[in-house]
Amino acid sequence: MKTVIQAPELVPMTGSEAVAKAVLQAQVNFIAAYPITPQTIIVERLSDLVAAGGTGAVFLNVESEHSAISACVGASLAGARAFTASSSQGLALMHEVLYLTSGLRCPIVMAVANRALSAPLNIHGDHSDMMGSRDAGWIQYYVESAQEAYDWIFQAYKIAEDERVVLPFTVNIDGYVITHSVESMTLVSQERINTFLSPRKAPFRIQPAKPITYGPVALPDYYTEFKRQQHEAMLQAAPVVEEVTQQYGELTGRRYSNLVPYALERAKVVIVSLGSVSGTVRWVAKNLRKQDLPVGCLRVGLFRPFPSEQVAHLLQDADLIVVLERALSLGSKCGPLASEVVSALYNHSKQPRILDLIGGLGGRDIPPEKIEQIFRAGLEPQSRPGLELEFLGVRE
Amino acid sequence: MTDSPKLKPGWRELTPAAMITTPGSARDFLTGDWRTRRPILEESKCTKCLFCWLWCPEPAILRTEDGKISIDYNYCKGCGICATECPTKAISMVDEK
Repeated sequence: MKTVIQAPELVPMTGSEAVAKAVLQAQVNFIAAYPITPQTIIVERLSDLVAAGGTGAVFLNVESEHSAISACVGASLAGARAFTASSSQGLALMHEVLYLTSGLRCPIVMAVANRALSAPLNIHGDHSDMMGSRDAGWIQYYVESAQEAYDWIFQAYKIAEDERVVLPFTVNIDGYVITHSVESMTLVSQERINTFLSPRKAPFRIQPAKPITYGPVALPDYYTEFKRQQHEAMLQAAPVVEEVTQQYGELTGRRYSNLVPYALERAKVVIVSLGSVSGTVRWVAKNLRKQDLPVGCLRVGLFRPFPSEQVAHLLQDADLIVVLERALSLGSKCGPLASEVVSALYNHSKQPRILDLIGGLGGRDIPPEKIEQIFRAGLEPQSRPGLELEFLGVRE
Repeated sequence: MTDSPKLKPGWRELTPAAMITTPGSARDFLTGDWRTRRPILEESKCTKCLFCWLWCPEPAILRTEDGKISIDYNYCKGCGICATECPTKAISMVDEK
């Protein structure tokens, strides 16, 4: 008798649908979100599914993103597992409450469909939105595919709610490229998810019978101590990410990590990137490696807490590091991702040259040919300064 | 860089999120030292109308058992609303020294 190996059932889904599916499988109690392109379909699907009944979740219609995140904070303090999603201008409108969310230690998970910020008006993908809220005290992970978006919702809740962490978490999903593209997905059964993710434990939830105060004033004599606590929680998140991704890998066979290195051994030119472009970079690197060209790439998944030590360890032997960056810090020597890479390498004696390439802004495509050009140009003998910033494909 | 000597709890000892688990802690937070002007009550002019008690935002106007009022200087921030509202001008504000 032949042994039949059962192939996993593949389901076609967009990144947005995958996120909505995962949110309900994560047994979220409370959802408040306001639609904004390209995140809209996440909210629409959740609204449909909750209205159809049987989910046990409350969907609150709100008049703005500021209200959406505020309502989530209230629900989270009352002990709920809360979810919201936003993008671009919507995320910017949430900005002040993002700091409250982390300061009040609410383990809310938010899907951010990364999109450029106005002006000029642009609805397409780049990372300017999340980078604008980079320091709001949220754990930040940038996914590469719809499958990852789905898988990271579960892991995000488990990490965010861990008692060593208790911080909010953003799952960053490139607008359109991931939110609107259909992929073959492998879903996890509800039964298996339940063995991985238990209902939220909230030992200090607000309840009338046992009143506690959240959000009191902390004057100059106390404020620093509370920020120091938050910094510690963020640092503690790193080992928890390691544990949780390990557990999820055992459950599903899909093991994720902070960083996704490819062909870094003896690589002279390395491209560092976030999000969906990383798949294209890896594909090009693979093809060039077949031609014996010493190139490699490193995708950064976890941006906060930033895995500095690991990044430095992986990149220290490269001659040239090209940071392919879909955001910029106007007037700065380099963009937000390059600035992390530079500071990670500061303590290492061998400081590779770094080219910060600002590209893919406002959804501009970065095709494989462009990436190949970047690799090949990097391999040519040159005398670049230590750190340089250039705009990829800008018309002069 | 740590401040010394240590007078207040360090970050490891404080509850997360500045959460306060025991109600009524505002009682222990004296705000009287914020005051730059001090309200002085002239009892002979007071008609016990309680306008000051009603208007005080703290509240730092106390009612005593015999129906009189007194000022709680532990919490009075010296805003002067009581002095402004008093119909008989029984409260006057003087500079703190």
